[in-house]
Amino acid sequence: MKKQYPKPKLVPVPSPNMVPERDVDKSPILECRHLGIDFGGLSAVADFDMAIGRTEIAGLIGPNGAGKTTVFNLLTKVYQPTRGTILLDGQDTHSMTTAQVSKAGIARTFQNIRLFSKLSVEDNVKIGLHNQTPYPMWSGILRLPSYWKQEKVAHERAMELLSIFDMQDLADHQAGSLPYGAQRRLEIVRALATGPSLLLLDEPAAGMNPSETAELMDNIVKIRDTFQIAIMLIEHDMNLVMGICEGICVLNFGKIIAKGTPEEIQSNPAVIEAYLGKKKEA
Amino acid sequence: MQRIGSAFRRVKKETKVDYATYLGVIIAFIVMSVLQAQGSLSRSVSGMLVPICCYVCMAVSLNLTVGILGELSLGHAGFMSVGAFSGVITAMSLQASVPNELLRMIIALLVGAFFAAVVGFIVGVPVLRLRGDYLAIVTLAFGEIIKDLINCLLVGWDENGLHIALNIDGTKSIDSLGLSENGIEIVKGAQGIAGNSRIATFTMGFVLVMITLIVVLNLIRSRAGRAIMAIRDNRIAAESVGINITKYKLIAFVTSASLAGAAGALFGLNYSSVSAAQFDFNTSILVLVYVVLGGLGKIWGSIVATVVLYVLPEALRQYADYRMLLYAIILILVMLLTNNPTLRSAISTLKEKIGGGEKSEGGAGK
Repeated sequence: MKKQYPKPKLVPVPSPNMVPERDVDKSPILECRHLGIDFGGLSAVADFDMAIGRTEIAGLIGPNGAGKTTVFNLLTKVYQPTRGTILLDGQDTHSMTTAQVSKAGIARTFQNIRLFSKLSVEDNVKIGLHNQTPYPMWSGILRLPSYWKQEKVAHERAMELLSIFDMQDLADHQAGSLPYGAQRRLEIVRALATGPSLLLLDEPAAGMNPSETAELMDNIVKIRDTFQIAIMLIEHDMNLVMGICEGICVLNFGKIIAKGTPEEIQSNPAVIEAYLGKKKEA
Repeated sequence: MQRIGSAFRRVKKETKVDYATYLGVIIAFIVMSVLQAQGSLSRSVSGMLVPICCYVCMAVSLNLTVGILGELSLGHAGFMSVGAFSGVITAMSLQASVPNELLRMIIALLVGAFFAAVVGFIVGVPVLRLRGDYLAIVTLAFGEIIKDLINCLLVGWDENGLHIALNIDGTKSIDSLGLSENGIEIVKGAQGIAGNSRIATFTMGFVLVMITLIVVLNLIRSRAGRAIMAIRDNRIAAESVGINITKYKLIAFVTSASLAGAAGALFGLNYSSVSAAQFDFNTSILVLVYVVLGGLGKIWGSIVATVVLYVLPEALRQYADYRMLLYAIILILVMLLTNNPTLRSAISTLKEKIGGGEKSEGGAGK
């Protein structure tokens, strides 16, 4: 029953043996150009330019209120950007709604957990599989063969996805009754169920202890390696960000102040200033 | 035997509750039919059978909107009204061409469900796109608008077909339709429908309840139903996993409206006269009370609550003066008891003692 996943290993991306066939052209999965949004005259995010490789783990960091979650909300069209374009796999998401963006391949988790708390764990994952196992509504009411077939697929797929985090045994539990860490993991499973090509994780390690965070780091890399998808994460835990991200983007006051590899970011004076403040001149 | 036992344990709890609900309704139907055939039911009791079936359908379908979709609807009687009038008009018009009463009743129910669904769609399309409690406001107004519209509706039938007029300025009467000598006057404005042949049967009521249950329960346990419950639990998360919010809200609301329409058609066919005043705001609230007291999202709860609360005022009739007072006290007690934490925990410990809630009691306890 339990599927064995390859042992996670940190592979720098892009590397020829990691990149699957669809990556031959090496074009990025996500590209933002001059992305910006104003809230009543206040520019929350401005001139946001970035690209994410097809199997890259990217980090988005910055002090509180820098606009990190706003960027996620722009990418998933919770907010419509005031300026700029978002290209997902070369396709402009300009006129898409949140649901359409999800179908196009962006999945996300939320900073404050948003599960379907009254439903079971399995149903939560099955709702994630909504567009993966389609059958018409009347087929469900009349229980036609397509209902049984797709429900069987959905059940098996849900169990398989839950096994990533060893959560199969919790399938019948109510989602709202799970412990905090398990709820965060379930949100990731639900996001993965939508079959994304880009996974956005909003503070996945918030409220976790160091050992849970270490396990989460392994799992994020494992997910990338197994599903061959790009992952972008917002996180305040610098060990996690510096440990697994291949590219990092630093935001402050809605503007990008630095981009680069973890080593470059750590030694960037602008980043140090944003986090620690300016050295007082004597 | 052991194999059956293990197979039974593997079935999900919610599936067991569903089957228990079906079973309860079937048993209640058989018991009541046998009693009716023996002639041991008083006239007032057998007169209540069809309306109870109609109200059960109303409550179950309203539970789909209020409990499963999580939107408050205060105009469910409006859909019942649309179903009742379109159904009875159909039945009376077809009196000559379709002599078979059962067939005529089925056609009337389908027409009632269809028109209620169309009206539900028209009401739902603009409102369900909005966030917030707009549906409650709009359905409240809708119920009143439908009542007023039907109050000035004039409908007649003759060999040339259906004649319809709206008596908005109060100058028209049923004679202005210009019916021929053989014509039937069907809807006479505020007087409503009179002279309707009562073709509704308890069996049809039972079939309608079963159809409603199958539609609602199978919908809830399918992909569409999960999407509807996802919208209720967390709209933003539902959107983020690719669920088309407006579409699934509409599916739930229109399904609910059409079932209410079918129930209304059956209700109309059970009486010789029907008027729009029967389906007013009070009726909507009455059905909402059934749903809330039975438990939001609990289908079997709606059935039990409807049966008990429909029978209760009739049973209290002998205490004529104190009837509504007692009814109100019982309602308040039920509300208090179902929300009492001590009582709730006592019930859940009792359930665990009886074996992990192996069989949930469901169905109509008539």
